[in-house]
Parts: sequence; C-alpha cells; structure tokens
Amino acid sequence: MNKRKAIKYYPARSRLLHWSMAILIISMLLVGLSMVESLAVWQPVALDLHRSFGFLLLVMVIVRLINKYLTPRPRLPKKLPAYQVLAAKITHTALYAAMLLMPLSGWLMQSADGRTITVFNTFNLPHLIDANIKAYAFFREFHGYMAWLLIIMIVMHVLAALYHGLIRQDRVLTSMLYSKKPK
Amino acid sequence: MIKDSNYKRFKKQMKSKITVKQARLIVFIIILPVAFVLFSKILAYVNKDSVTAQQFVDLQQGDSNFPSFRRAHAKGICLAGIFESNGALGQYSTASVLQAGEFNFIGRFSIAGNSPTAPDLKAPVRGLALSIKDESSTNSEWRIAMNTPPVMAVATPEAFYAQLQALAPDPDTKQRDPSKIEAFFANHPESKTFLEWKDGYTPASSLAGETYHSINAFYLLDEAHNEQAVRWQAVPSLESSIIPQLNQENPDALQDQLAQMLEVAPIKFDLVFTLALPEDDETNPTVLWPSTRETITAGTISIQQYTAQTVGECANINFDPLVLPKGVEATADPILRARGSVYAESFRRRALEALLGENE
Ligand code: HEM
Ligand code: HEM
Ligand code: HEM
Repeated sequence: MNKRKAIKYYPARSRLLHWSMAILIISMLLVGLSMVESLAVWQPVALDLHRSFGFLLLVMVIVRLINKYLTPRPRLPKKLPAYQVLAAKITHTALYAAMLLMPLSGWLMQSADGRTITVFNTFNLPHLIDANIKAYAFFREFHGYMAWLLIIMIVMHVLAALYHGLIRQDRVLTSMLYSKKPK
Repeated sequence: MIKDSNYKRFKKQMKSKITVKQARLIVFIIILPVAFVLFSKILAYVNKDSVTAQQFVDLQQGDSNFPSFRRAHAKGICLAGIFESNGALGQYSTASVLQAGEFNFIGRFSIAGNSPTAPDLKAPVRGLALSIKDESSTNSEWRIAMNTPPVMAVATPEAFYAQLQALAPDPDTKQRDPSKIEAFFANHPESKTFLEWKDGYTPASSLAGETYHSINAFYLLDEAHNEQAVRWQAVPSLESSIIPQLNQENPDALQDQLAQMLEVAPIKFDLVFTLALPEDDETNPTVLWPSTRETITAGTISIQQYTAQTVGECANINFDPLVLPKGVEATADPILRARGSVYAESFRRRALEALLGENE
C-alpha cells in the first residue's frame, strides 16, 4: 500500500465511512449490552435492529477495506515517536479485525441456534453453519468478550485522537475531521 | 474547535493563571471519567426498578446446580413427530406450516421447576414445546412453548418475578411461606382467573391427556398484512382405555408411561386456535377471551418417537416463543416480549456448560 501521497486530510468518502461506522458501532455496543439484560417490550425490536444493522456494518467494513486499499491516506506526523506509530498501526489493524469479527460471530451464533436472520424485514441471510449448541456457546461467548475488547480499543483510540487534538495539537485529529486545504 | 486567540482573550479577561496548554490537558484528563459517570447515571436512571434477564434466571435456577440443563422446565423428554396441517388457517396467515401439508417437528414434554431429577408427579405445571419446520422453505420455523394453565397470574415480567420470589421456599427452612404467597395474590387481583383455574384443575393421569396453552397471544398475518390476534391450545385426542396405570412411587412415572404409550401408537393433539375480536385484549395474558370466540383447528400434532433429553436433539434447542415464521408475529404482551432475553440467558448458560463438558 504505497498509495500514501502527501495529503493532509482523509478524503470525504473515507471520513464518511469512518464517522457513519463509528456512530453505528457505538450504538450497536450500547444497544447490545442493554438488550441482553432487558425484559422491556422494545427488546425484541432492538434485537431485530441489532441484527440488521450488524449485517449492514459487515457490508460497510468490506467496502471500507476496499476503499482503504484504493485511497491515499495522510501520513502520521514525522515527529511522532516510533512506538506511537506502531501503537496506532496495531490499534487500527485490531479495530478492523474487530469490525469484521463482531458481525461474523453474531451471524454464526444465530446460525448455530438455527435462527434465520431477516435483514430490515426484507431478505433472509443463509445459515453459515448447522445448528449446534457447542458452536452456539463458542460464538455467543466470543461475541460477548469481543464486544468488551472492542470497547477497550475504542476508548484507547478516542483517547489517542484527543491526545493528538488537545495535547500534541498536530494534524492527526483534524485529518479525520476536515477536508479543507490547510490555510 | 475553540480558536486559540479567543482563548487568550478569555484568559486575559479572567486574569486566570491557567495557560491554554494546561486547560487542554485538564479537558483531556477529565473527559473520559466525566463521560463515564454521565453515562452510568443515565443508564441507572433508565433501568431503575427493572429486573434483568440475568436476575430472572438467577432466581429460577436458585441454588440447584445442574450444569447444561435448562434453568426452568429442567426436567423433560424429547419428542419427534409430524404436524398434519389441514390448511384451515391458510387464509389468515402466510406461514408455510399453516398451509395444508405434513411438517416434521421436534418437541419436548417438560415439568416446571429447576431440577432435571424432580419427581414427575409433584410439579404444578406441565409443558409442551414444539419446533415445527417446513424443510422446503427458509424462515418457516415456528418455536412454541405451551403450559397447562390457560392464563398467567400476572401481566408483567416484574410482577412475575415478584410472584416467583413469593413462591420460593425459605433458604433456611426449605418451606414456602403461605402468608407471603397470600399477600402476593391479595396485592394482585389480576391473578383471579389463574387462581380459579388452579382450584378447578386436577392434573391429568398422563402427559398425553393434558391441554397445553399458548397463554400469550400472537398475530397471524395474511398476504395483505391483515392482523388477526390468536391464542391456541393443544387439545388431547386420547382414548382413556389405552392409558397405562401410573406408578405413584416412580419419580419418572409420567415419562415411563409416555414411553409405554408410544410403543403402541402415536400420541395426538389437535392444535386449536381461538380468534380474538377487536374488543379483546391481546396484550394481557391474565385475561381469557370469551368462550364464544370462534375457534379453528389448524391440524394435528402426531408424536411418534421419544428420546431421553440427555441424548435427544431437543436439549440443543432454545424454545424461544419469539422465533416465529413469516406470517406470525408477536403481540405487545409484556410477558411474551420478556421471554426472549430470559430464554437466551438460560440457553447461554447451559450452552457454555455443554461446551466446557461440565455435565459429565
Ligand atoms: C459490529 C457489529 C456488532 C456489534 C458491535 C455487536 C455488539 C453486541 C454486544 C455488545 C452484545 C452484548 C453482548 C453481551 O452482553 O454479552 C451483543 C449481543 C448480541 N448480538 Fe451483536 N453485535 C454486532 C453484530 C451482530 C450481528 C451481525 C448479529 C446477528 C446477525 C448479532 C447478534 C447478537 C445477538 C443475538 C446478541 C444477543 C445474544 C443473547 O441474547 O444472548 N450481533 N452484540
Ligand atoms: C468519537 C470517536 C472517534 C474519534 C474521535 C476518532 C478519530 C480518529 C482519527 C483522528 C483517525 C485518524 C488516525 C490516523 O490518521 O492515523 C481515526 C482513524 C481510524 N478510526 Fe477512528 N475515531 C473515533 C471512533 C472510531 C470507532 C468507533 C472506530 C471503529 C470501531 C474507529 C476506527 C478507526 C480506524 C480503523 C481508523 C484508521 C483508518 C485508516 O485506515 O487509516 N474510530 N479515527
Ligand atoms: C416472563 C415469563 C416467563 C419466563 C421468565 C420464563 C422463563 C423460562 C426459562 C428461563 C426457560 C428455560 C429456557 C431454556 O433454557 O431453554 C423456560 C422454559 C419453558 N417455558 Fe417459560 N418463561 C415464562 C413464561 C412462560 C409462559 C407464558 C409459558 C407457556 C405458555 C412458558 C412455557 C415454557 C415451557 C413449556 C418451557 C420448556 C421449553 C422446553 O421444553 O425447552 N413460559 N421458561
């Protein structure tokens, strides 16, 4: 991926993907954690939306990975210490992995319980695996623990972004916020 | 983003000693704790005085420890057979298993309670669960869990939780407290229909002789998405002459008797639907609809085989009543809508125990 031209900001389509997915993923985490506890009448509706938006996010992350491959990205500041560059690289890779594994484990978990997922009341997803209680247990626990890992990574990621924006005051945070050419 | 120049002017006005750099540092340090506290306060406010699915399952499993078994209706026996659908409900619902035809099902007879070794004849409630599927179409599976009472005693999961608490035996004496139970029902006049049923109910001398009720109501949806609220019951069609004698001493009396009966012939139930009129409340499981409401028999459940639940396929199924085929939908009944997350929690616990091999 030697497409990193000397641009200062993420292009609009990358920012659109980043922020729409950020909002959806944070909502999915909050809805997910609430609905597994809730006995309220909205619970089955929330579960249905969770599955539909989860599938949408799976499609979006695939689009995003393709976009990432095709699109130039801003370089991190040259002054940044090597360990921070490495940390950024690792967190970003882990975030992409989590964005793929969350919906996949959710889908696998539902297949292992023999359930058909209907996306936004319009079409059915195929079963990825046959019903199997042990596979259900594995993917159910995976989905739950992965969610907490993702939360930790998002906290780290947001703190790092704010660290750049507030403390270092370099271009890293603004590169994901603005499109304007530098003044 | 606050411009630095604004900040400097602001700083001058306030004659403050805090530099911009320090201010940014402070924001950076406190932003996360502040967000966290705000968020947990909001959550606590939204969830005040509500029961969680985890608390419910904790209460149901109590101190009984039977890894990989259900936390409620723990004792049961797996069934397999055929649903012979006559298609009479086809005009009300697009569900493929309600069109005329024969559909395989997996099922389970159970008794209420958290012990898989409890004596069959002591349980106050018996259940019949079904998973009916049209193998030739996707999204056709219908999971059903029915019980012997026709109504619930209370109409909300919170009240049902309180009911289970009132009925739970004292941890020290292992005895139920009749005054607690009386007080509970006195506080819940909506339990009248349930208590009347209870007084008039004598357990049948066979699992095959009970009537099992959906209790909660559901909507049937036709091609044009017209809703028809229904409840249903599995009505036994049984000749009493073929019921073997029950051995009162045998903890597995009902299961052993069932096995004997299935050696001879399939056990059959009619699946009879009651159609609500617009004035009937489909969201309150404590109220029966008038007995004059139209009923339609959708077909016959013919149970042909049984398997012990330790080896049978039914152990691997979560009979969540919210797993519905296209053409059937859940009503807003708060009890019905609470069942999904509670069954999922019970299923999650026993599935993990099965994975870790804790049942061996
Ligand atoms: C980015 C995507 C997703 C995120 C961030 C996410 C997040 C979560 C979280 C945080 C929970 C609560 C876990 C717990 O408390 O243990 C949860 C539960 C659940 N998720 Fe997801 N999820 C995603 C995608 C999906 C998908 C695609 C499906 C299914 C197709 C799915 C199905 C479920 C189900 C059924 C539960 C509840 C399980 C239960 O009741 O035991 N999720 N999810
Ligand atoms: C309010 C929250 C968020 C803020 C302030 C934020 C900020 C940023 C910033 C400034 C960058 C650019 C970093 C760089 O150029 O190296 C970035 C990149 C990234 N963010 Fe976020 N982010 C947020 C939420 C999220 C969430 C929820 C996710 C996913 C779960 C996420 C995933 C990513 C990924 C994968 C990248 C790397 C993009 C690339 O391939 O270059 N972000 N974010
Ligand atoms: C809020 C109310 C209810 C709660 C919290 C509740 C809870 C549970 C739980 C935790 C299980 C075990 C699930 C599993 O591990 O697979 C269960 C099973 C069962 N429930 Fe309920 N239940 C409720 C209402 C009802 C109603 C109204 C009926 C009958 C119409 C019913 C009939 C059954 C039956 C028959 C089973 C056994 C299913 C099987 O054989 O696997 N339940 N219930």
